Amino acid sequence: MGMTMTQKILAKHAGLDSVVEGQLIRAKLDMVLGNDITSPVAINEFQKNGFDSVFDRTKISLVMDHFTPNKDIKAAKQCQQCRSFADKYDIVNYYDVGNVGIEHALLPEKGLVVPSDCVIGADSHTCTYGALGAFSTGVGSTDMAAGMATGEAWFKVPSAIKFNLTGKLNKWVSGKDVILHIIGMIGVDGALYQSMEFTGEGLKNLSMDDRLCMANMAIEAGAKNGIFEVDDVTLEYVKGRTDRKFEVFKADPDAHYNRVIDIDLSTIRPTVAFPHLPENTKTIDEIGKMDKIKIDQVVIGSCTNGRYSDLETAAKVVKGKHVAKGVRAIVIPATQQIYLDALRNGLLETFVEAGMVVSAPTCGPCLGGHMGILAPGERAVSTTNRNFVGRMGDVTSEVYLASPAIAAASALTGCISDVQE
Amino acid sequence: MKAHGIVHKYGDNVDTDVIIPARYLNTADHKELASHCMEDIDKDFVNKVKPGDIMVANLNFGCGSSREHAPIAIKESGIACVIASTFARIFYRNAINIGLPILECDEAAKDIDAGNEVDIDFDTGVITNVTKGHKYQAQPFPEFIKEIINKGGLLNSLKG
Repeated sequence: MGMTMTQKILAKHAGLDSVVEGQLIRAKLDMVLGNDITSPVAINEFQKNGFDSVFDRTKISLVMDHFTPNKDIKAAKQCQQCRSFADKYDIVNYYDVGNVGIEHALLPEKGLVVPSDCVIGADSHTCTYGALGAFSTGVGSTDMAAGMATGEAWFKVPSAIKFNLTGKLNKWVSGKDVILHIIGMIGVDGALYQSMEFTGEGLKNLSMDDRLCMANMAIEAGAKNGIFEVDDVTLEYVKGRTDRKFEVFKADPDAHYNRVIDIDLSTIRPTVAFPHLPENTKTIDEIGKMDKIKIDQVVIGSCTNGRYSDLETAAKVVKGKHVAKGVRAIVIPATQQIYLDALRNGLLETFVEAGMVVSAPTCGPCLGGHMGILAPGERAVSTTNRNFVGRMGDVTSEVYLASPAIAAASALTGCISDVQE
Repeated sequence: MKAHGIVHKYGDNVDTDVIIPARYLNTADHKELASHCMEDIDKDFVNKVKPGDIMVANLNFGCGSSREHAPIAIKESGIACVIASTFARIFYRNAINIGLPILECDEAAKDIDAGNEVDIDFDTGVITNVTKGHKYQAQPFPEFIKEIINKGGLLNSLKG
């Protein structure tokens, strides 16, 4: 039987000619990732179990992005532990305040992942790199420790759902709206244990930032990974970021899919996920017919939507305008490079003039860490990826997930709103 | 291996943010993590949980973040086994990797209520609801995973 993109990549990394759904394999890894929250647990396990070397000091990335710049003494100690581990094993890709960015924006930007790679990360949004045509999945800290020691991980070969994309997105509609629409359709466990494979003639109309955002939220449908077929957009993105050679795998015509879902991109409307699950979606048109949903905070950033084009969209919406009274709007460029580009091109000035604050790159508020925690009963519109109970602060606070355009438009009106032209 | 305990029951899509909120992830200390286990959906859990108790939930248990702190907090609380209709995949592998026993059994997840007394035989996968007098058969683990469990977790299994 034919194989999907994911299955072909896994077969290659397991040293097998072919694999089938459900098969348990050991695969060689091209990158093992951890952050300042998950790496300390991995380092403790690594040391406790007596490992004294890493498999490849160039294939481990330690990214201090969650509670940095260090939010408190405990967080500082966790980074200190990672820093000392990175020093001891001479880890090449150690990123800390000054060169750190949000891990899933940073690794693609630095060319550390290329098509057909096999990557694990002790962070659930490691699935982001599927946008580049890599097999990439989130694991826990023990898997990370084992990966750092051996360069391998065990996987159950996933079955797949195919998303056949056609058409082109309308103005102010983005990859975020597409993925929220999909999660709303299939549910938060709709792709459980499966890969989400994106293909079709509509692919060429999706920018790399749109794809990174969509693959990022594959986990929010329970998927093992999300993966995009490699095309000119991918090759153009990777060019100049790496000199590594890579193969490109396309799915076999007779590959098996549990479901094939057709998505006409031109029909997607701006979509918002209501508390407390990413599957609780409503289109902006449905929201327009409801009572106004007043908000207290807007967050534009994260591994989902903190890339340059996200900031550019938000800046277009707020340029020359001012956020509504009572709204705290926080913009977080995902990497130092994005920050610099946004600075040079005047986006940061636009944000500050609009009454927004600009933060250093950090995951901070997305997971209720720091830099924008919600008080009891407060509501936020956020371009992040999760709206679980207590995710951004108090257990009675609420998070509405949306695109940068909708988040920026909502900051201006003080309630969840479409872009006003 | 067997377990016997009182059930703490939860619903669908219990996410790792409510199992252990991120605001407590500035530590990797197992006891400290356990002291906040389930805090955002069941404030009283840490006071009522007893060593050997069993956690039962419905669909997609442990969804969301990959934080291993979640199964660590549950294990350190004294929970002997988590039974669910389905598990989110990262939680599933994390639990196996750290040696927290888990069982997938939709029938048990639906029928067992909070406070029920439950017996588990891990060798046969038979779950007995002592309170109701019902028996359920859980999915057995594949051999590959049994080996990781029998060797006491992933890192031990790598040492051969």
